[in-house]
Amino acid sequence: MKVMAQMAMVMNLDKCIGCHTCSVTCKQAWTNRTGTEYVWFNNVETRPGQGYPRTYEDQEKWKGGWQLNKAGRLKLKGGGRFKKLATIFSNPKMPSIQDYYEPWTYDYATLTDAPAQEHTPVARPKSLLTGKNMKITWSSNWDDNLGGSAATLEHDPMLKKIADKVKFEFEQTFMFYLPRICEHCLNPSCAASCPSGAIYKREEDGIVLVDQDKCRGWRMCISGCPYKKIYFNHKTGKAEKCTFCFPRIEVGLPTVCAETCVGRLRYIGLMLYDADKVLAAATTEDEHGLYEAQREVFLDPDDPEVQRAAEAAGIPRDWVQAAQRSPIYALNNRFKVALPQHPEYRTMPMVWYIPPLSPVVDVVKDTGYDAEDKGNLFAAIDALRIPIEYLAELFTAGEVAPVDLVLKKLAAMRSYMRDINMGREPDGSIPAAVGMTEEEMYDMYRLLAIAKYDDRYVIPPAHAEQAHSLEELGTECSVSEYDGGQQGLFGEGSGVPTPIAVENFQMLQDRQTADSLASPADKSLRVNLLNWDGKGAPEGLFPRRSEDEEKTP
Amino acid sequence: MDIFLWVIVPYLCLTTFVVGHFWRYRYDKFGWTTRSSQLYEDRLLRWGSPLFHFGMLGVVGGHVIGLLIPRSWTAAVGMGDHLYHYVAVIGGLLAGVMTVVGMAILIYRRRTVGPVFSATTVMDKVMYLFLALAIVLGMWNTVAGSIFTIGGEYNYREGVSVWFRSFLAFQPDASLMGEAPIGFKLHALVAFSLFALWPFTRLVHVFSAPLGYLTRPYIVYRSRDDSGLGSHAPRRGWDRVG
Repeated sequence: MKVMAQMAMVMNLDKCIGCHTCSVTCKQAWTNRTGTEYVWFNNVETRPGQGYPRTYEDQEKWKGGWQLNKAGRLKLKGGGRFKKLATIFSNPKMPSIQDYYEPWTYDYATLTDAPAQEHTPVARPKSLLTGKNMKITWSSNWDDNLGGSAATLEHDPMLKKIADKVKFEFEQTFMFYLPRICEHCLNPSCAASCPSGAIYKREEDGIVLVDQDKCRGWRMCISGCPYKKIYFNHKTGKAEKCTFCFPRIEVGLPTVCAETCVGRLRYIGLMLYDADKVLAAATTEDEHGLYEAQREVFLDPDDPEVQRAAEAAGIPRDWVQAAQRSPIYALNNRFKVALPQHPEYRTMPMVWYIPPLSPVVDVVKDTGYDAEDKGNLFAAIDALRIPIEYLAELFTAGEVAPVDLVLKKLAAMRSYMRDINMGREPDGSIPAAVGMTEEEMYDMYRLLAIAKYDDRYVIPPAHAEQAHSLEELGTECSVSEYDGGQQGLFGEGSGVPTPIAVENFQMLQDRQTADSLASPADKSLRVNLLNWDGKGAPEGLFPRRSEDEEKTP
Repeated sequence: MDIFLWVIVPYLCLTTFVVGHFWRYRYDKFGWTTRSSQLYEDRLLRWGSPLFHFGMLGVVGGHVIGLLIPRSWTAAVGMGDHLYHYVAVIGGLLAGVMTVVGMAILIYRRRTVGPVFSATTVMDKVMYLFLALAIVLGMWNTVAGSIFTIGGEYNYREGVSVWFRSFLAFQPDASLMGEAPIGFKLHALVAFSLFALWPFTRLVHVFSAPLGYLTRPYIVYRSRDDSGLGSHAPRRGWDRVG
């Protein structure tokens, strides 16, 4: 047994309202630079839909992830080492910018510069690649809320698999949002595809990163990742990906997407797993067995033997404790309500999802029946085969039983908790019907419904013993300055990278855990602009001038 | 003049090449990339790039054989001049045509595809000029010199190659180059200028050919490397008094 720790995430899809706040804050934090205009480390897709980039899940087309060869051994679907090197001059499976979208801006200047004229001037869209006028035909969320789906829905690769079912009925009854970040897989096929060996998995927390100094832009990771979560920065010529906000995680803060999530649907925690078992689990012959196999790779942090092995592997004591409190372990292995996205890619993804029950509830409610009655809900889950088969294509390689069970657990929780909330006698037969005890069901309710910040995010800080001297992380990250600082001799982004200061994140944590909303030291000297009547310049409106400045006219 | 052209200039270029790479690697690891433009355009690249690169590999191989292996060695293994000539011309033509066609596609692509053209730096343009010149002159030497023997017969293995080996051995014999036909002279000069430019262009990616991929394990694990967490030197372990 080789114990390793992994930062993992679970998203509760029932709570996602598709507001894209996670995407926007992530973009502001990480990819608001030239070259990454089209890059969304976090994106939210409407399902059914094509996803981003378009039809990324169709691995017969993109050849991402792993597959078993005839001898039953794990092989990269896009071809082995020799094939990768032979196609290095032109990656045959790389998506083009049109599969994402051509980034653009608007010619805002004409709005103010235009001479007096009969018609209102218009800001025309300009391509950020060529600077020319362009026609906008697609972007990352073009089919948001099933917009235009009548024309494009047929391209959804998951829908194709259950195509014999009636499509339009399905479209009317069923829609949900799927937020996606990098999966930080246990068996990452992007890293395996990288000719330079620049993509690595951190031993301490399993975060998968691209070493920007070692990346040579061979582009094999982009086609190697089945989730298409590695992006090519077309200005610097290097691959970039979701970093799991490692500078925040290292000081115990959740990722930006989780921190800003309006629905509070994200959970972050540590998972202990047995690294020796990963390969065997990923090689499981039956695709339907992969979900179960991956769950068995995870180790029970309460098991004394695991704790001993973890200690032997150099995992600090407080990390093991964090693993015991991990909401991820509870959701994945204790309550078993979270499922991995596309286990059939055999990468052992570590961002799991609680499938949405809401479409089922909505249907029951529309029929006028009690949507919180166990019998009604269970019957509806059994009757609504189409949405459930669709969820199964996403989360369990098409096997319906695990999705069915999860939805029944969620339904059982609704009716069990209603009895309690209505002051009735709790009905122990409800949890029993889905194989849970009353206590477990209540714990699950607490975690899913009312968990506080500290329960949703159990993140042990990084263990650099000289943590107080953490000043900046120079190498792992790509954050080139938005403007200037990175205008090196050889074009955009060349030269020595600007390190991210961990101090900033430490400061951020201080601010977020402080008692007051904001307490600047010079608060008493400032003017509250909300109360200012706009007349004159009250004391404190502008910073005090220094003595000699005042003397100059 | 010979000394200047065939001793001083080549050594200056070689020095720039070596020192330049060292400096670039130290200063600009982040910029050390192919700067691929495949994301912008795929259809032309799919043909042009493999044609050019595989052709170029052949061309480089041909140069290694032609310049570094003395005539006496091939003779010793029973390969006559005539046979060698055939092998060299056929191989050279094949690789050369691949390279030239690939390069034509790539240059056409770079000029006509909007996003690719916008992403082209000044250094790229200078590099393209020298690279194209060197390739065209090289093709001229093969076609005109070796096949149609325009400007008289010339066996570069007795002239240019010997000079090149003497140059590498730091015993340069400039007179050998002085006697070479003008096509070879120009080709060599352009090539050396290209070598001098090399470390300052995207050509540096040649030295990143990822052969290690064939032997390394698929998944790379790396420690967070706490000792190297900061790019700053560790702080002193005591506090300043007062």
